[in-house]
Amino acid sequence: MIQYIVRRVLWMIALLFLVSAITFFIFYALPSADPAVLRAGKSPNPQLVEQIRHQLGLDKPLYEQYFDYMKNLLTKGDFGYSYQNNISVRTQIFQRLPATISLAVGAAILWLTVGILVGIISSTRPRSLIDRVSMGGALIAISAPVYFLGLVVLYLFADDIGLIKLFPGAGSYVPLSQDAGQWFGSLIMPWCVLAAAFAAFYARLLRSQMIDTMHEDYIRTARAKGLSERTVIFHHGVRAAITPIVTAAGLDIGVLLGGAILTETVFNIPGVGRLAYDSIINSDLPMIQGTVLLGAFFIVTANLIVDVAYAFVDPRVRY
Amino acid sequence: MALLEVEDLRVHFASEDGLVKAVDGISYSVDRGRTLGIVGESGSGKSVSSLTVMGLTRSNRARISGAVRFDGQDLLNASDADMRKIRGDDIAMIFQDPLSSLHPFYKVGDQIAEAVRNHRSVSKTEAFNRAVEMLDLVGIPEPRKRAASYPHEFSGGMRQRAMIAMALANDPKLLIADEPTTALDVTVQAQILELIQRLRNEFDAAVVIITHDLGVVAQMADEIAVMYAGRIVEHATATELFTGPEHPYTWGLLGSIPTLGPEREERLVPISGRPPSLITLPGGCSFHPRCPYVRDAHKRVDPKLEPVEPGSGHRVACLLDHQTRQRLWAELRAGKQPEEARVGVLHDKPPEETVSQSETVVHEAEAGA
Repeated sequence: MIQYIVRRVLWMIALLFLVSAITFFIFYALPSADPAVLRAGKSPNPQLVEQIRHQLGLDKPLYEQYFDYMKNLLTKGDFGYSYQNNISVRTQIFQRLPATISLAVGAAILWLTVGILVGIISSTRPRSLIDRVSMGGALIAISAPVYFLGLVVLYLFADDIGLIKLFPGAGSYVPLSQDAGQWFGSLIMPWCVLAAAFAAFYARLLRSQMIDTMHEDYIRTARAKGLSERTVIFHHGVRAAITPIVTAAGLDIGVLLGGAILTETVFNIPGVGRLAYDSIINSDLPMIQGTVLLGAFFIVTANLIVDVAYAFVDPRVRY
Repeated sequence: MALLEVEDLRVHFASEDGLVKAVDGISYSVDRGRTLGIVGESGSGKSVSSLTVMGLTRSNRARISGAVRFDGQDLLNASDADMRKIRGDDIAMIFQDPLSSLHPFYKVGDQIAEAVRNHRSVSKTEAFNRAVEMLDLVGIPEPRKRAASYPHEFSGGMRQRAMIAMALANDPKLLIADEPTTALDVTVQAQILELIQRLRNEFDAAVVIITHDLGVVAQMADEIAVMYAGRIVEHATATELFTGPEHPYTWGLLGSIPTLGPEREERLVPISGRPPSLITLPGGCSFHPRCPYVRDAHKRVDPKLEPVEPGSGHRVACLLDHQTRQRLWAELRAGKQPEEARVGVLHDKPPEETVSQSETVVHEAEAGA
């Protein structure tokens, strides 16, 4: 087990190297605005642009730029400085991370609760009215993109522009440490919007898993023991059907910790996703590189955690 | 009064293709310390009838009628809650495939302890100790250590032993064993059967053993009921059934068991044709399309399960008369093929619609352990 984890961690490091290199070269391979020109402001003179280019090290050959970047990263843990405003990328990301974590974790709790409950209820009464209504609703939720759903929800319930002024609208996010009440209120709509499609997907996944599981021989054995239907469903059925949910949840949360770009943009939440979006618009390479690496880090870590967790969820799995 | 009495039990399932008559009027009884073998091909209704005794076929698609009395209690009309009290306590069941019948994510000892705790108010430790004791009783070495193992860490035979331990943990009065040895190696089969036999005597339980393999019941059963298409077609003591079987289907089952007797030359005789659809049963005797001795009248008259001779406990549902059946069996035992035997005994033309050879399926009998 330990050996397996060590091997996986080494692979993760190699993978992150690869991701950084690819991000770096894609940035230059694809047509984007010249960072030095963007930084120099409106109608700059060529000398200024040249000076900025030199300051940022953009006049060096590509491999040298990459080498410098990696050297600073590995020796000093320095992710560089924004081309836009010279702010340290690391500081900026750590400042933005709590908002993203708040959004991702809250939404995950919501979608797991709703998805699992709906999945179980639907699977125990297949083809009933409640099953058809939930699965129909799930289909709609899966099909509705976050940016569409987000705007609809803002239009309906935001306390500034909404028809029914219910929840704080876009841009109302404050850190938890500043005002817990407003933090919670401002995240209600983003949580719901982000969780909707996930909850729907999880409900459908669990339902189909449960329906298969409830036909297994060991469920018949559980009934033959005289266990109550409740115990049969929860202790024997759900326990076996939940494994793919564990996998999916781990990976989905990992992806979202790297930034829920669409949700953060629609609701104007200052998270990592929003930062990534802004830095792409501004051709801000160090910031792009930082957010991409952070996202990649969360994804590979989540993968590892899921694989390790699997051995605990399913005793047949051994490393 | 017998411990378990099943009377005219019918289990019909509504399906999209029509009404499936899985069990169509069967009666039997078993007493403590006795073993009843129910034998038949897959789809003969033998498993469904036993699951019905356990109350496990109840659903809104199942129509169940007749009577099942256990220790004087009417099980068909018992509430679900009452059935749960009986299941796993007074009546326990073991199944064909012990790997898929044990929950893959729980330790074997915990699964047995769960059965104990469900019916007895004991502490977790006491229940677990009972599980260890049961594992020891069914012959699992180092039971305390093995109780902490998962099913996938057991061999096939050990898993079935664990299933038996689970079934017997609450001292059931009746044990239903549904194909308990089918998924096991031949060498392990005999051990498992012997174990069931020994524990039956130790616990003074009644055993219903369901199998497609006459070899299995030959070793175990006091009485045997042969099922075909949802009905019992022959019912006799094991001795009677093996010495003087009366139903052509039973002859077929016996003819398809390989024996290691001195007459090595004998050919295995498959039962031709397939089991009938349980939705549209053939008219008359439901075995007639596969019976080598069929006569025209057999396609119209539905035979009743009747004593072979007045007052005899040996009952058979066959339209041939007793003397003819005895002569046919004697001919078959002398080594004649069904076609030759028929010519010698039934002095009429061969049936006009014989089953085509291409449809001949070797009956899925395996060597008795």
